[in-house]
Amino acid sequence: MQKTIAKFEVSYLQILDETGKIDSNLMPKLSNDDIKKLYELMVITRIADDKALKLQRQGRIGTYAESKGQEASQVGSAYALKKEDFVFPSFRELGMFVTRNFPLEQYYQYFGWDERGNKIPENQNIFPIAIPVGTQTIHAVGFALGIKLKKEKKTVITYFGDGATSEGDFHEAMNFAGVFQLPLVFLCQNNQYAISVPRSLQSHSETLAQKAIAYGFDGIQVDGNDIFAVYKATSEALEKARQGKGPTLIECLTYRMGNHTTADDASRYRTEKEVKEWQKKDPIDRLKKYMQAKKLWSESYEKEITKKAEELVNKAVEKAESLGIPPVEDMFKYMFKEMPPELKEQLEELKNE
Amino acid sequence: MTVMNMVEALNSALKNEMQSDKTVLVLGEDVGVDGGVFRVTNNLLKQFGPERVFDTPLAESGIVGTSIGLSVNGFKPVAEIQFDGFVHPAFDQLISHASRIRNRSRGRFSCPLVVRSPYGGGIKALEHHSEAMETVYVHTPGLKVVIPSSPYNAKGLLISAIRDPDPVIFLEPKKVYRAIKEEVPEKSYTIPLGKANIVQEGSDLTIISFGSMIKTCKEALEQINYSIELIDLQTLYPLDTETIINSVQKTGRCVIVHEAPKTAGIGAEIIARINEKALLSLEAPVERVTGFDTIIPLGKREDDYLPNIKRIKKAVEKVMNF
Repeated sequence: MQKTIAKFEVSYLQILDETGKIDSNLMPKLSNDDIKKLYELMVITRIADDKALKLQRQGRIGTYAESKGQEASQVGSAYALKKEDFVFPSFRELGMFVTRNFPLEQYYQYFGWDERGNKIPENQNIFPIAIPVGTQTIHAVGFALGIKLKKEKKTVITYFGDGATSEGDFHEAMNFAGVFQLPLVFLCQNNQYAISVPRSLQSHSETLAQKAIAYGFDGIQVDGNDIFAVYKATSEALEKARQGKGPTLIECLTYRMGNHTTADDASRYRTEKEVKEWQKKDPIDRLKKYMQAKKLWSESYEKEITKKAEELVNKAVEKAESLGIPPVEDMFKYMFKEMPPELKEQLEELKNE
Repeated sequence: MTVMNMVEALNSALKNEMQSDKTVLVLGEDVGVDGGVFRVTNNLLKQFGPERVFDTPLAESGIVGTSIGLSVNGFKPVAEIQFDGFVHPAFDQLISHASRIRNRSRGRFSCPLVVRSPYGGGIKALEHHSEAMETVYVHTPGLKVVIPSSPYNAKGLLISAIRDPDPVIFLEPKKVYRAIKEEVPEKSYTIPLGKANIVQEGSDLTIISFGSMIKTCKEALEQINYSIELIDLQTLYPLDTETIINSVQKTGRCVIVHEAPKTAGIGAEIIARINEKALLSLEAPVERVTGFDTIIPLGKREDDYLPNIKRIKKAVEKVMNF
């Protein structure tokens, strides 16, 4: 006997198209104020990102991973979170940090060679930036398991890219999350490249979303440059998690408009034409068109929010640059709760130099 | 002869070996179209084609595990791990398998692969981009560990590593990648593994170092008025005990410089060998100038962590004036 015992489908969600039109049947509940807020958060993210790039070029911060083009994926998903929800980010999440009201000066401080910037304020539920690819996904699993064991109503979201879906840790995280039915959302920003390696060479799967199916839970692909689709998919996945119905993988189809980092030169491996095609799908322009039609946007509004964003960013940079260098003790102080004798001795040695 | 930096010298070594041995393959993250993030594999794809130079999915365990399978099947994979701090997912493959295949199979199979990786600090990089992990490999029975210090020895050592019948961890000091330029032959040549290089002969004190610290030691020597013998280990396992012992027996004094943390660093092993074979020649305890037992800090404090001229001079004075 031979018969089909399982069949699967993967759905794709787009609400706001490239021309700024929405599918009103799918539109999530968002007030005009919410929509304006989403727009403003994306504008701040882009201005802050541009600033970081300029600072790097001027030698004022170090290697920096740009977020340009991914604002809707980052802001839309983070906007769906409740304050008590916990985030496990990768290294390209400026929009999430902006949306969660993380002190921007710390972001510049961290990329400006200073560990103190990665100290998340006590009242913010974000784990420090993880530089190794995909490793944070399994920490998110453990944290979500803790929430389940404590019978709390919180959820966890972990951010990663298309490249991370090739790492063993990611697959272990997905499997654990499925087995333990955890209150966890896997938010994949498929920005089409892992440095130079295109998505097509990263996985032979037609979508990344479908990887969830193998682990026994839902995966959905959304237009990652459509902030309404990202917000809706994330809200629903978080709600499902909150109700104890297990994890979800969301694949946000987006595009890294800039280089992988400031140490990279994307022109070595992708065409100008391809970049221009994606420019037409820009997440901010698209929302602007929608808001224009709804009379939520005007030149003066744009000017006002741009000015505010620039002020916010400039102030953050000024603050970051006023923080000086960390005390030399910091190198030793956080290795253990109590400093072992050999570290004390080494610290003294360094201080007496 | 052409003037090359270390990146170019390594690229030249790969080209020579790929030309002369069809079984040599290059694989890793971004080694193909991009030519490696530091460009060590630049243009190899163009020259040798996608069956010999290929990008892998982003998975370090996959890269090393696949290289083991390839090497068991008659190929000589030269795998690139993009940064030293990203190698850890591959540790199971390196420590549980690559290092043990020959022993486990009682010689039926062997694993002649090379894992290349940018190594060490000094370029003010992000977290996990500056580690010095050599001792972990040295402490893993079955792995050879090579760390060049200049374009010239980088090329000769890499060719030897590729030709070696056993797994070799080849760590490339990223601080030196473009910092030193020197004449390097375009044709193939080898520098034997397991042999140290006496960079400068001297009679008062022996400095033992390797990798990017050789450059720092040389700069320190310009400010030191003693007759110093500077030894560049080149290979950390197997360690050239003979050269170390001969030198220490001659000078009676020794300073070891490495950027890895002090505790259980290679310096400790060198001191143990000196104790075993040249204790009675010592005029003073051996000093170590090393990184601290801490995470290497980000850029703003990186220089405080890495051994520098001042610390080397101080150690030399201490040993000379014991």
